[in-house]
Amino acid sequence: MSRQSHHEVEIDPITGHETTGHDWNGIRELNTPFPRMVIWALSLAFAYSVVAWVLLPAWPLGRDYTRGLLGLDQGRMAVENYRHLEQARADWVVPFASADFASLATNPGLMARAMPAAARLFADNCAACHGVEATGGPGFPSLADGAWLWSADPAAIAETLRYGINSPHTDTRFSQMPAFGRDGLLTREQVAAVADYVLALSSGNADPDSHGAAIFAENCSACHGDAGSGGLGIGAPVLADDHWIYGGTRDDILATLGGGRQGVMPAWEGRLSPAEINMLAIYVSRLNDGGNAGDGR
Amino acid sequence: MIRSLSIPERQVALALSVALALLGLAMAAAARHGAMAVHGAMAMALGLALLFALGGALYDPDAPADRARRYYDEPTRFGIVMTLCWALIGMGVGVWVAALLYWPEATPPWPATSFGRLRPVHTTSVIFGFGGNALIATSFHVLQRTSRARLADAISPWMVLIGFNLFCAWAVTGYLMGSTQSKEYAEAEWYADIWLVVIWVTYFVLYLRTLARRAEPHIYVANWYYMAFILVVAMLHIVNNIALPVSLAGAKSFTIWAGVQDAMVQWWYGHNAVAFFLTAGFLGMLYYFLPVRSGRPIWSYRLSIVSFWGIVFFYIWVGSHHLHYTALPYWVQTLGMTFSVMLLVPSWASAGNAIATLNGAWHKVRDDATLRFMFVAAVFYGLSTFEGSFLAIRPVNSLSHYTDWTVGHVHSGTLGWVAMIIFGAIYTLVPQLWGRETMAWPRAVEWHFWLAVTGTLIYVVSMWNAGITQGLMWRTYDANGALSYSFLQSVQAMAPYYLLRTIGGALFLTGAVICALNCRATMRAASEGATATDRPLAPQPAE
Repeated sequence: MSRQSHHEVEIDPITGHETTGHDWNGIRELNTPFPRMVIWALSLAFAYSVVAWVLLPAWPLGRDYTRGLLGLDQGRMAVENYRHLEQARADWVVPFASADFASLATNPGLMARAMPAAARLFADNCAACHGVEATGGPGFPSLADGAWLWSADPAAIAETLRYGINSPHTDTRFSQMPAFGRDGLLTREQVAAVADYVLALSSGNADPDSHGAAIFAENCSACHGDAGSGGLGIGAPVLADDHWIYGGTRDDILATLGGGRQGVMPAWEGRLSPAEINMLAIYVSRLNDGGNAGDGR
Repeated sequence: MIRSLSIPERQVALALSVALALLGLAMAAAARHGAMAVHGAMAMALGLALLFALGGALYDPDAPADRARRYYDEPTRFGIVMTLCWALIGMGVGVWVAALLYWPEATPPWPATSFGRLRPVHTTSVIFGFGGNALIATSFHVLQRTSRARLADAISPWMVLIGFNLFCAWAVTGYLMGSTQSKEYAEAEWYADIWLVVIWVTYFVLYLRTLARRAEPHIYVANWYYMAFILVVAMLHIVNNIALPVSLAGAKSFTIWAGVQDAMVQWWYGHNAVAFFLTAGFLGMLYYFLPVRSGRPIWSYRLSIVSFWGIVFFYIWVGSHHLHYTALPYWVQTLGMTFSVMLLVPSWASAGNAIATLNGAWHKVRDDATLRFMFVAAVFYGLSTFEGSFLAIRPVNSLSHYTDWTVGHVHSGTLGWVAMIIFGAIYTLVPQLWGRETMAWPRAVEWHFWLAVTGTLIYVVSMWNAGITQGLMWRTYDANGALSYSFLQSVQAMAPYYLLRTIGGALFLTGAVICALNCRATMRAASEGATATDRPLAPQPAE
């Protein structure tokens, strides 16, 4: 290998520094003295690090590590901070652990502090399915229309929140609309007739002597009540109003009758505290009465 | 490109193509369906295409007899073309996913085009496709020029480039099919990872062999950076990707790392991918193209050497700053934080060295958009390294972590620093390697420069605002000690910033499209001439 040895050392006219004499395809380097500022900066950064190492947990020592003079432990700090926060809001959160909804709801001071928090809880936990305005969507009931599946009572709403509907929780509420068409419980003509009847029920001009009415009385009224008046307590919706979960067109009703429905509401026990569940129950129970539920939605 | 190979080399290349086709066939036959089968078919198709290309030209006239006296630039040219292709793919998908964040309802109803699959297509295409091809292509150029030696052999540069691009293609098509290791920036599955190891070792051996032939007594600092890039990326890639495949006939694998060790290994990899892929290699690029374009000597030889060792030493410690306030032990977080702060010194020393190099050439910075790209790159390098050290401080990180500030920081580095230095290098290299005085449309370089700078600034500023807004909304409590905002509200507050980000990205993409068209026009007008600015190659030993 032939090695061309050094090029000439020159003085760069602009900086006045010498070049190193290296030359790579025309690239040269100046022999500028090492800037003092860099040494100072490095010393400063190192001093900062040494202080941090002395004060904080820093260097591993086999099975242990240097604990630092401040004695900080991030697990303990997290628990302590959480506890402080809990204590700071205990005066208005703890009362909600009781299920005495009547006295809670009539305590304006308490409600004024809890309902904005409940609105955020709703947005963080419920809005993904029930909508930002709690107006629901296909398959997810509106909570703002005053049409309740189980009960308008906060205690009952709290139970739904705690255990869910058709959820894996052992205490879950259970509700199922059978697949009348698919499972052969009704013939196609019967399904069509009852769909027409249900459609008529919601618009208030149902014929009680029709073929559909007879089928309805025999197969549907056990859950949905006479003439679709609803079955609070078993989660069967009122059919004689204009509120729909899965849609109110004839095709939607045919799909519901044909394939059945088994909507799931998750159980929130363990994910939300009992106080949070009760707060949300009151909040949800008030969603339909014109903004009394609190701000921040 | 085949004409630059001698006839025995063409035969070896032919054999390698057959081997690639057979490997692809074996993969496809073993897997039968799924991502691995498609990837096998891709490898087989590539092998067959190379086979036919080589077979058809096998007995064409032999390589020019004087080729040993010339630099081997064909691989660099190919690498630059691939760099531009991946720039368009990666930045195009980037703008697409940015738009999806603003118009999520515009997501097409196919699994392949869901945000979660497109997002790694963007990151892999820009980091590995655009950045990686640019690094490999420029490293071949810089290595030869600063060593005054031709690449050590004629076949392995092609293995490196074609193999690397096959890896990138496997990776991004795999994501679209839902195949991923779920490790950020290391999503490609096990067989692609093994393939990359083979390619990367070939690359390193080629680099060392060429360097050993150098005709200059010293190794230029750019080569130190390129070597650190190749060596450490190999180390990171291997350790982070150790995994057990469910079956040798399928794409799915599981990492051998578990729990917090997995997180630590992942971010040791992840941050050093930033350090050694997106920084060290590009500093090599900067240290070559900035002095060449400005015609100025490197301001301080000593500073360049000390900064190199400082960057290499400090960076390897800092990955844990990605895991502040997690299950990772506090002491590891403290070390990551303090080394991140110390890292600022060599980082700024490098940026300062680059900017001081421009002393005496500021008139050129004013007049020459290509040099201005490099100047802006050095400035953004300084800005993003400062920001990085700052964000690594634990209490600062408690505000910035998980917010779009991180995204802003990354793009200040990738758009402002990495992409700018690549464009500077491309505009220097393309006319030179295709035998022209200047780019075909010199004015378009100016347009590209301003589009890129404007796009970067809009992008970065909007993400800073977005991130700080998010961080503050997530930690604001009302007078009663309850959170003031729901998460949903913090998402809704992002809408204007996400729109601005899309606009900034689109401007940057427009600049890249102009660059690609300009390069295409320059390449088409190429003349087969020698490259006048080069020093003559030192006499070579017989190959």
